[in-house]
Amino acid sequence: MDTEHLAAGRTADVRIAGLSKVYAGAVTAMADVDLTIASGEFVAVVGASGCGKSTLLRILAGFERPTAGTVEVGGTPVTGPGPDRGVVFQDYGLFPWLSVRENVAYGPSRKKLSKAEVAAVTDRFIAAVGLTRFAAKYPAQLSGGMQQRVAIARVLANDPSLLLMDEPFGALDALTRTDLQAELKRIHVETRTTVVFVTHSIEEAVYLADRVVVMTGGASHGVPGHVQAIVPVDLPDRDVTSPAFNEVKRQVAELVHTVPVAV
Amino acid sequence: MSTDVATVPVAAAVPTAPAEPPRKGRGRLRTVLLGLPVPLLFLLVWHLGRAGEWELPFGIRMGFLPYPTDVAAGLANYVAGIRDDAFSNLLWEDLPASALRVFSGFALATLIAVPLGVLMGRFSTVNSLFDPMINLFRPIPATAWVPLVALLIGYGDQASIFLITLSAFFPIVLGTISGARQVPERLLEAARMLGTTGVGTLLRVVLPAAAPAIVNGMRVGLGLAWVILVLSETTGVPTGLGSTIFLARDVVQTDQIVVGMICIAVAGFLSDRLLMLVFRVLFRDRPLIK
Repeated sequence: MDTEHLAAGRTADVRIAGLSKVYAGAVTAMADVDLTIASGEFVAVVGASGCGKSTLLRILAGFERPTAGTVEVGGTPVTGPGPDRGVVFQDYGLFPWLSVRENVAYGPSRKKLSKAEVAAVTDRFIAAVGLTRFAAKYPAQLSGGMQQRVAIARVLANDPSLLLMDEPFGALDALTRTDLQAELKRIHVETRTTVVFVTHSIEEAVYLADRVVVMTGGASHGVPGHVQAIVPVDLPDRDVTSPAFNEVKRQVAELVHTVPVAV
Repeated sequence: MSTDVATVPVAAAVPTAPAEPPRKGRGRLRTVLLGLPVPLLFLLVWHLGRAGEWELPFGIRMGFLPYPTDVAAGLANYVAGIRDDAFSNLLWEDLPASALRVFSGFALATLIAVPLGVLMGRFSTVNSLFDPMINLFRPIPATAWVPLVALLIGYGDQASIFLITLSAFFPIVLGTISGARQVPERLLEAARMLGTTGVGTLLRVVLPAAAPAIVNGMRVGLGLAWVILVLSETTGVPTGLGSTIFLARDVVQTDQIVVGMICIAVAGFLSDRLLMLVFRVLFRDRPLIK
């Protein structure tokens, strides 16, 4: 793949304390979530549907306000969406009327940069996800995996200090998925941007993350979604077939399937 | 007439252009051929009805109609002055005058309706403020406005353009509102997390996402502008396709009335094409949200 090396980007720590979210109609999606993430760390959040992991991510993004608790990114309280926190959605969220290049240039163009600087940043990140040949195409002309690469490039080109990913590879086929996981890992190693990665897949979480946050509960369990456990992944290399990898996977799976008890 | 129709497929069957894909060519030819019989039958019935001075339902006395050939001659006179009368070459005065009114009214309507529609579609407060007024005024036909406009504005171009603006406004504002409402929430989130705020979101996301609905509203609005043109030229403007129809009525020149009707239809059709061309140049081949 004709990828390019990336310079280290911005990075920020995350402090979440006493976070709760109650939706209208008194459904408590999430209660008392505390989580601290170091600068440059890659944290995966796993859990069953309805455990509040997506709500947590949307609050971090600033799309939703918490009912109680505080969220700080890089020491600044989150009050709404902002370019310091890039979001990669499961359904890509690309602007269909903009070409690949224009989608990636969207963020840089909003900043006080010269045209040449915008073009340089755009080209660099399109190359980083291996889409240089497709820069003039429109999203609808690309496969799902390629569209998600565009979405990742678009967010990275905006130089966020925190990267929020909401089941980004959930809609992709298995082969594309493993490709993109490897690529994301490489990008993270190069940029050292803090990542919060929400996923259903335990293997994906253990493969990518420095720590795996296991969330359980949710409305269907009669217990609000909460952090069940945090599993550090101390594996030097992430060989998905190795016994050590599978031991961590098994440990996380057990925690995911723990029957939540009322607090 | 029937022999003309019969000879066309025979001529087309001769393989003159073998490079052309035959199936597509035949499909288009079929469409063209199927489009011909009904208008031709219409002309025939018109001719026979005129000659036989038929009386049709609704009390239509066809004896008062011109022959189709008279209309053709009138059209030629209107366009190229083949006779020497009051209507010779008049098209080239009437058409620019009418087109100017239609496009001024349409442009004015667009300038007001699109921003208002975007705001109404996105902000419930703005919607609540304007929605009752729009629903109150929308059902009032332009015809009903004419007497009031005559008193308020008087006769002339301003009154004419006002009526056109009023008529074109509603389809454009309604199209824009529905387009602005249907913008996928995900695209707004994407824009916000990339650093777009306030007006930027409206310009960079809502407007392009609503473009197809706005274009539809504008097409309906432009069509309506031509419909209202004749009415709007009853306000005493001296030149224009509509005023010439009324002049022709006053001097009982029926063929000229029909000529005026045909010219308005063609002008309306061509201006729709022109509008689509403008959009095509504007959007090029950008995929818009369906």
